[in-house]
Amino acid sequence: MATPATVPAPQRAPKGWKLPWWVEPTATVVALGSFGLYSIWEVFFHTTGRFGNYLSPFFSPDVTAWGIHVIPAVWVVWVPLLFRASCYYYRKEYYRGFFADPAACARPERSRVYRGETRFPLSLNNLHRFMLYLAIVVILFLWDDTVRAFIFPNGFGVGLGSLIMLGNVILLSYYTFSCHAFRHLVGGGLDCFTCRARAVTRYGLWSRVSAWNSHHGQWAWISMFGVWATDVYIRLLISGVLHDPRLI
Amino acid sequence: MAQPQTMDQAAAPEAGAQQATDMTLSVFRGDATAGEEREYRVPVGPGMVVLDAVHWLQANVDSTIACRWNCKAARCGSCSADINGHPGLMCKTRLDDFVGQVVHVRPMRTFPIIKDLVTDVSWNYKVAKQIQPFTPAQPAPFVMYQRDVDRGQEFRRCIECFLCQNVCHVLREHSGMDRYFGPRFMIKIAELEMHPMDTADRVDLLAGGGGLGFCNITKCCQEVCPEHIHITDNAIIPLKERTADRYWDPIRRLFRRRRTG
Repeated sequence: MATPATVPAPQRAPKGWKLPWWVEPTATVVALGSFGLYSIWEVFFHTTGRFGNYLSPFFSPDVTAWGIHVIPAVWVVWVPLLFRASCYYYRKEYYRGFFADPAACARPERSRVYRGETRFPLSLNNLHRFMLYLAIVVILFLWDDTVRAFIFPNGFGVGLGSLIMLGNVILLSYYTFSCHAFRHLVGGGLDCFTCRARAVTRYGLWSRVSAWNSHHGQWAWISMFGVWATDVYIRLLISGVLHDPRLI
Repeated sequence: MAQPQTMDQAAAPEAGAQQATDMTLSVFRGDATAGEEREYRVPVGPGMVVLDAVHWLQANVDSTIACRWNCKAARCGSCSADINGHPGLMCKTRLDDFVGQVVHVRPMRTFPIIKDLVTDVSWNYKVAKQIQPFTPAQPAPFVMYQRDVDRGQEFRRCIECFLCQNVCHVLREHSGMDRYFGPRFMIKIAELEMHPMDTADRVDLLAGGGGLGFCNITKCCQEVCPEHIHITDNAIIPLKERTADRYWDPIRRLFRRRRTG
């Protein structure tokens, strides 16, 4: 039993400044909503994302090289869009932000029939692994684009755009390979990490991916803003607003 | 709301004692049929937690306040409550985090009230009985590597405070007790499923009566866990992936058939 009457008043500072509950879902709606609107504008109102040896991530792979010229970005963006829409981290964010289901922990919800992810269309989130497989293919194209971003008509070079594209693909790689489905694929599905020689290798991979996975939410946000920044930069180059400085 | 009772009504400070800061505690008083919050003034000293304040009230103001507790050290998981609307352990929630506020202490909202701050959590034990227990391939003792039991040991830190069950919106807001076992039992199943010596299969249970699909992974269970167990990341999502292996992945299903067939 404490002896409150004989001790001085509390001296400890409160544990940090706590934001109101509505800040996080509101920030999610603003950030994802803004990115969504920007994406619609970029995808449906532009026919190219190429500036010299730079290619916007919205337009990679470059389907115009394969003879597809009708809204070329549409053929590309559905993969990262569905990968992110079914991502376990983004699910948390949009269920809270857009569906208020719940808006924040222990907040009251509107009364209605709740089915979670047991019914169409939300049950399709269970197919996240297939979106991962396709996202890995897109990542390979993005790495190819990034290598090409360092090859100028006069040979190897480094422009500001090259570095921005490199940063973007690194962030996207961390986001893609820190995915929960990838973690399961490389070793999480095993019950025993020592029973077979191959399982030992998979344990090493699983441990590495688990370390990345603990920051999956951060990778999700940073990589999204990375894509946004890269596309804006290349769009400004295309429209002549910016000049790309060559560093080497 | 009832008028605040002060310490003057119960036990005045000793003469010459240093004046403590008073805080207002609004404690739910009632049972399953009716109840309301009543305000009490409580003198607060350094390091005092909500459970200290409730004990002070029991000792000095009203000995009929009902409150479940055992260890006062965040080990037994008995003193779970809703503190200012947020699930937490009363023994781990410091009063000086609420300076200048009224501290509202209510019983866990998800479970039926027995009296005051005590709830009936017996539903959880009924759920536990539905889960096939550990079914080892050979009788214990086993020799196992640490890396094979690391995952299970995280889940075994659970103190069964049921804060995760309390905050889970499927149970709390949608009365989903007939459809979903809740986060506490997802980590129980994960612990068993990931055990290298266990031979039982609980994936069909997860997809069926366990109601794993009702979880929409908003991670509140993980946020409130006093043991910092990564309930969503390390248990629920891996179980969702194992369920997807069986029910949503035709390629895996084909490989499995080839192996078994």
